[in-house]
Amino acid sequence: MTAAKPTSFQGLILTLHNYWSERGCVILQPHDVEVGAGTLHPATVLRALGPKPWSAAYVQPSRRPGDGRYGENPNRLQHYYQYQVLLKPNPPDMQDQYLGSLEAIGIDTRLHDIRFVEDDWENPTVGAWGLGWEVWCDGMEVSQYTYMQQVGGLDVSPVAGELTYGLERLAMYVFGVDNVYDLPFNDRGMSYGEVFLENERQMSAYNFEVADVETLKRQFEDMERQVVRILEVGVGPQGQKLVLPAYDHVLKASHLFNVMNARGAIAVAERASYIGRIRDLCKLCASEWMKQQEQAA
Amino acid sequence: MPQLLLELFSEEIPARMQAQAGRDLERMMRDGLSAAGLISEGMKAFAGPRRLALVVEGLPIAQADRDEELKGPRVGAPDQAIDGFLRKTGLTRDQLVEQDGVWFGRSQSKGRPTTEIVAELVEATVRNFPWPKSMTWGSGKLRWVRPLQRILCVFDREIVPIAFEGLEAGDLSQGHRFMGSGGVFRARDFDEYREALAGHYVVLDPEERKQRILEGARTLCFARNLELVEDEGLLDEVAGLAEWPVPVLGDMDPAFLDLPPEVIRTSMRTHQKYFAVRDPATGKLAPHFLVVANVAAEDGGRTIAAGNAKVLSARLSDARFFWDEDRKSGFDAWNDKLSGVTYHAKLGSMAERVERIATLAHHLAAQVGADPTQAHQAATVAKSDLASQMVGEFPELQGVMGRYYALADGKDAALADAIRDHYRPQGPSDEIPTGPLGTAVALADKLDTLVGFFSIDEKPTGSRDPYALRRAALGVIRIILEKGLRLPLNSVPGVQAQTLMPFFADRLKVTLRDQGKRFDLVDAVFALNDDDLVRIVARVEALDAFLKTEDGANLLAGYRRAANILKAEEKKGPLPQGAPTEVADPAEEGALFAALSALGPKLDAALEAEDFTAAMTALAALRAPVDAFFEKVLVNSDVPAERDNRLRLLQQVQAAMGKVADFSLVTG
Repeated sequence: MTAAKPTSFQGLILTLHNYWSERGCVILQPHDVEVGAGTLHPATVLRALGPKPWSAAYVQPSRRPGDGRYGENPNRLQHYYQYQVLLKPNPPDMQDQYLGSLEAIGIDTRLHDIRFVEDDWENPTVGAWGLGWEVWCDGMEVSQYTYMQQVGGLDVSPVAGELTYGLERLAMYVFGVDNVYDLPFNDRGMSYGEVFLENERQMSAYNFEVADVETLKRQFEDMERQVVRILEVGVGPQGQKLVLPAYDHVLKASHLFNVMNARGAIAVAERASYIGRIRDLCKLCASEWMKQQEQAA
Repeated sequence: MPQLLLELFSEEIPARMQAQAGRDLERMMRDGLSAAGLISEGMKAFAGPRRLALVVEGLPIAQADRDEELKGPRVGAPDQAIDGFLRKTGLTRDQLVEQDGVWFGRSQSKGRPTTEIVAELVEATVRNFPWPKSMTWGSGKLRWVRPLQRILCVFDREIVPIAFEGLEAGDLSQGHRFMGSGGVFRARDFDEYREALAGHYVVLDPEERKQRILEGARTLCFARNLELVEDEGLLDEVAGLAEWPVPVLGDMDPAFLDLPPEVIRTSMRTHQKYFAVRDPATGKLAPHFLVVANVAAEDGGRTIAAGNAKVLSARLSDARFFWDEDRKSGFDAWNDKLSGVTYHAKLGSMAERVERIATLAHHLAAQVGADPTQAHQAATVAKSDLASQMVGEFPELQGVMGRYYALADGKDAALADAIRDHYRPQGPSDEIPTGPLGTAVALADKLDTLVGFFSIDEKPTGSRDPYALRRAALGVIRIILEKGLRLPLNSVPGVQAQTLMPFFADRLKVTLRDQGKRFDLVDAVFALNDDDLVRIVARVEALDAFLKTEDGANLLAGYRRAANILKAEEKKGPLPQGAPTEVADPAEEGALFAALSALGPKLDAALEAEDFTAAMTALAALRAPVDAFFEKVLVNSDVPAERDNRLRLLQQVQAAMGKVADFSLVTG
């Protein structure tokens, strides 16, 4: 089946959904808690762990409060979309499957120069790392491709292959657009700017000027305490610990930290300690999740 | 003789690891084969983006059969000895034969086929390969740098049966990812392999890839009356990123040419792996770039050039943003920021470090011909650019940007140069700072580093030198020696307290060794506790020259003889103190006394004038009397007064020579 090449931002997403759906992925919707990267969706961070196979693809809004530019920079956004694919165990032909997805969205490998350039991925806030590449198309990074080796300090076994496409950047490239706000959102004349420009303006002002540091700090500490409490006292109907709600609270803590950071409220020396605190919470959840997965298997 | 061909085909290997991987593959296979007694006529390894390959020429088809006679214990030896021999050789007692009262055994074994040995060796090599970082994939346990997909292994045109961890060796390989059929092909020997690869758009040999890139790039540039800015490290890297390298010349927006050329080149190299291009007439950067693609595109590379140009524009726009913002920001704001940046947990903030360097630069200025106030000022702004956005993005531009920003700020050119130069020399091939201001700050920077890390006991050990202290010490040595600076190092605050001199002595030895000079003499000269490197080296050189003369060599022998006698006599009791007296008989004793008396003032005058050649010439006058003394005079006389006087004379010889160097530490 040769589908027509996408001509809009949402067409691009639908093409990727179709492509990965045909390859056996569960097509999920975004996780409804603010996260800084698609990796943090429980469908990646938690499902990467444990013995069970799992294939999923989804779009996840990434919130990067510090990257906001009040809608004035053509490339930078504090809210943008990542397309995330997780294949566990990674299939032997995963590179070919990935290259097929580029063809599907209209990148002709006979005209373009596609390269796999070493880039080892690491996310210290969730104690995760893997080896892989940045994938370049004519010198531009279009995806991150990682064989995840550890999450939450635990071995990912079997190994999960993770693909992250930066959707706006990819769309700008495929559609030859220089300003993100000029991207065609659909095929009926709606632009990305009409959908998101106002959001960038307001959220930038909030993140940089209005967010109340004292409140954020207090909420961060609340979340931190809740993670520990939920894991300690919570019991599910099958007697299990409540790792999923606990993990949501880790994500909330992580986002609160990002806003505080954008507000300039965190000194260099404090930064590492905050990241360490989030990592510790994440490890608690990861090891509990792993236990449940192993018991189930 | 039969040939072995091995290919380990994987997903993309990081470019920076390929060359070493090729060497490791060759070494491990060579060691393994020769440990099995299989000696080849030659081997060659190739490393590229998706494969490591090895061809071994002229291997025997099997190990030689072995038939050895093994000598055991003598007949009648204890049982333990005989049992031990049997255990070691795998023989049984009835296989032993007696011969001349000794047990002998024969060990015979049939040589194993090479194929078997290769199969084991390939598996062991893959399992133990020393990748800097490795990973597992899928459900397997095997580790490789990225997923290992295929093994081709043929010996004497036959597939070597290798199977482990779900991999099975065959005679299949595959070509370029995008060009040609993309399918697999068979190869049973190296010629077939190489030819098939070329037909499938893969250049196997990294040297050939580099050659193609260089030639192609030069031709493209020449046709447009341009010149490639060559870059060896970048060439190595891009040759590791393409199996079928195709240089493509692209255009850069000329508006970016007002950025400093270092910024353009660094942005091109670090982010995009492009070569810069210059105008041969002016030598200045031209508004173009050269990218090495991994594909000969159907449109001749137009799309690739246009796409890369767009990415470069975005990169250079970022750089321009940094350049503009940085020039608005300025040195005071950066210095404020530096007080919030930790240099080292135990050594305070960057701002505190800058203050120490400034104080030290002020202190050193006069000795290097710089104005102390200016040196202090230069040091105060030397590290400011670390807080700039540009250096945050491109750390390797530290100093370079500081210089540009200082000039843009209307600062003095000598001060601006000092900012750039104070990091020099950064390696053995880098120059030392030229101007006195740069020299003062460079010395202060390095000495502060050394004193600081020594004071918190972070000294280099073995190959561990995380703070590059050896490089800092070598930098100090090179600046002092190449500029002939008379700087007593112990007068630098902290150097004596942290006993840094022995560390400098070690580095000085390395410097002299690298220059092909004799370096064992450094210890002999350092023992005099001098801290003036220029004087130390002058002394070492004069001493070296002297010891090469016949007088010098003989005098050294005399010195050692004297030292041995004194050491032996000292064991019997304390050596006699005081000056010797003059005696007429024996004449040789009198002559040595006279020579020593004459030597004293001459030697002192020469040393005072730092004329070490004259000092050595003066010492040479001792050689004949010392030789004659040892030949004719018995030191250990029965007459105590005679013995005492002679021992006093020898101590004087030792003392006189000791003013020049500690000859007891001369080893050569």
